[in-house]
Amino acid sequence: MSEPKPSFFVRLWIAFVAPWRVLFSADFGAGVQRLMSGAPALPPPPQAKPEPKPEPKPEPKPEPVRIERAPVDAALQLLALFQREGRFIDFLEEDVASFSDEEIGAAARVVHEGCRKAVREHFTLAPVKDQEEGASLEVPKGFDAHAIRLTGNVVGEPPFRGTLQHRGWKVTRAELPKLAEGHDVKVIAPAEVEL
Amino acid sequence: MTDKKTTASYAIGVDLGTTHCALSFVDLDLSEGEEVAHEVLSLPQAVAPGELEERMLLPSFLYLPHPQELPPGAAALPWNPTPAYVVGEIARRLGAQTPLRLVSSAKSWLCHPGVDRKGAILPTDAPEEVSRLSPFAASVQYLAHLRDAWNHAHPDAPFGEQDVVLTVPASFDPAARELTAEAAKAAGYHRLTLLEEPQSALYAWIAQTKGTWRDHVKVGDVILVVDVGGGTTDFSLIAVHEQDGNLALERVAVGEHILLGGDNMDLALAYVVAQKLESEGKKLDAWQLRALTHGCRHAKEQLLGASPPQSVPLVVPSRGSKLIGGSLRTELTLEEVRRTLLEGFFPEVGADAKPATRARGALTQLGLPYAQDAAVTRHLAAFLARQVGATAELGFAMKEGARFLHPTAILFNGGVLKADAIAERITKVIGGWLAADGAPDARVLEGADLDGAVARGAAYYGYARLGGGVRIRGGMAQAFYVGVETAMPAVPGMEPPVHALCVAPFGLEEGSTAPSPPQELGLVVGEPVRFRFFASSVRRDDAPGALLERWRDDELVELGAIEAELPAQGRQAGDVVPVRLRARVSELGTLVLEALPRAGGDVWKVELDVRTS
Repeated sequence: MSEPKPSFFVRLWIAFVAPWRVLFSADFGAGVQRLMSGAPALPPPPQAKPEPKPEPKPEPKPEPVRIERAPVDAALQLLALFQREGRFIDFLEEDVASFSDEEIGAAARVVHEGCRKAVREHFTLAPVKDQEEGASLEVPKGFDAHAIRLTGNVVGEPPFRGTLQHRGWKVTRAELPKLAEGHDVKVIAPAEVEL
Repeated sequence: MTDKKTTASYAIGVDLGTTHCALSFVDLDLSEGEEVAHEVLSLPQAVAPGELEERMLLPSFLYLPHPQELPPGAAALPWNPTPAYVVGEIARRLGAQTPLRLVSSAKSWLCHPGVDRKGAILPTDAPEEVSRLSPFAASVQYLAHLRDAWNHAHPDAPFGEQDVVLTVPASFDPAARELTAEAAKAAGYHRLTLLEEPQSALYAWIAQTKGTWRDHVKVGDVILVVDVGGGTTDFSLIAVHEQDGNLALERVAVGEHILLGGDNMDLALAYVVAQKLESEGKKLDAWQLRALTHGCRHAKEQLLGASPPQSVPLVVPSRGSKLIGGSLRTELTLEEVRRTLLEGFFPEVGADAKPATRARGALTQLGLPYAQDAAVTRHLAAFLARQVGATAELGFAMKEGARFLHPTAILFNGGVLKADAIAERITKVIGGWLAADGAPDARVLEGADLDGAVARGAAYYGYARLGGGVRIRGGMAQAFYVGVETAMPAVPGMEPPVHALCVAPFGLEEGSTAPSPPQELGLVVGEPVRFRFFASSVRRDDAPGALLERWRDDELVELGAIEAELPAQGRQAGDVVPVRLRARVSELGTLVLEALPRAGGDVWKVELDVRTS
């Protein structure tokens, strides 16, 4: 709601008239006082009572897909778990360029063993497709596009025939530790101070 | 079978282990005959500060945090936002870094007659400002955690109203059993029965056969249960005989208490690897040694499993955030594991082997009486040799010239036996002994659940007691004796010889009372009087009243002293009152000794758990 700014001549006229109105109009004076204190010139208009709107009829249109922010606490919890069991963050945050493959390999064992334990304790994983990779398989009509990604020569109508390149993974059980009230998930690993 | 009125809808089995606890249960309403509705309770516990998880096992560790160490609510439980003690996985985790605040192996301390088991002594190396806890109180905490977990999961079936079977090592002496029962009572286990762990393992095996166990054993079988847990090793012999045309099971012998288990083995491996690193000039601190022990446990499982690799790489991670630069890399070879574990703990010895004993120094430190000989097979050989006559009473024909009791079947239990190579080694060693005696080889009973069997078997036993399945008979696996000083002229510098008066015969069963021996003992009114107390696992024929003037060293084992005190009411303090002793076994399975004054009147309980200091 922006108004056009007054020109120089209009402002000259205001400068001439305004002092007199400040002197003789209490309302005008109050407005200028507010302006000088940095507030908007007009007092807020009295709230108009909202008209009781008739219930909007639900329209038969497709539900729009809402893009939601993923809850970040569980992700932080998982990072803490990977760090605790498998030193995951330590590993990622270190500059690997200066180390030999042997040294990196040794550290990778720590990460692999620990993170694998953490994953297996808290999730049950299963392949989406049980066939061997490289096997030929049919993708039926009405397939679940979440679980199957088509690539390459994607033309025509299902059923499709293709080669399984990756079996996919799905989680059939997921249990993260419950958190005590007030637990700070942002601290992925506390600093350790030995006394 | 018991036909006691029951309102319980579950039979609960509790395994109070040296390193882990577990709770299993049978839903009585859903079980019929051999069809048993069996479940394991998941146990909510803090696993790290502020993190709560459900696990099948509750580590038997208790941590005493510094008042400012943990943020408020860090050890919160679903049923208690501010528990007084920190128990379970979080305690083990915190205690690994701060051992001086960690209570561990409370169970081993509970059966240690050399300490005041109700005295606040744990952790033994805690500084002054840490308020210590008794082995008894720590056990109460673990048992209470299991009770609360149950009540949380089953609000409609309160724990105190269910039948609970709590397991104890077969080798626990009467005082340790009584303390365990008392701890359970203190934790609200009102309908309690005790069961020996190896028996429990056999019950679990029977339960998993779903009624076909009768096809796997036959009359004349002698089942050897070898139970090697995290902290203790326990042996039992259970005979299969016939009674009224049915197969019957009878536990005929139990072994001595051996403080030796998987934790010792992991530590032994860690020292082997640490020495190797040290010879390369890399010195490990205490933190790294713990990490190495942890790594060795995993490596051991691979190297002793089926088709093992030649070596498993081991990495000791750095403590700081520089993981790649600071980690030490080494490996554990198949040869090292075989040499350390198989040759160190399960060597191929003869059937006549005996565990080595060192005379303990006069100034022994206050600590747990760990087994002096690490060779489990030597302990086993000595056990079988000592029990050569265990089945004679059942009329089992022993081979002429047998040097030890010949088992015909072996049941393994305990996490250590998950390693195929160890189970194979034990089987092979026993096979060698049997072959040398010209006896047939023993078979291994398959299908045992090595980790969860004890709790499962206990729940099954609770169900079996109500009439739902087979029961193992046993009674007390020892005869008990009180030391009486003989009247003889005093000889300077010589203690008067002690004779052993049998008060409880071998095999005394739950709920039964032994006849009182006719000999009288004098008790001083108003003063506690102590008696030496002995047990024998081999003298099966002594009746109450039998007086032994001498015995072989390996026949009688001295237990902690017992103590009787007659209150002064109605008597003259300092008077000597003649009493007779009477032994009975309570319904829940503990030995009760009582003093009966000659003049009649009240019966006085004789304390089995007596402070030695």
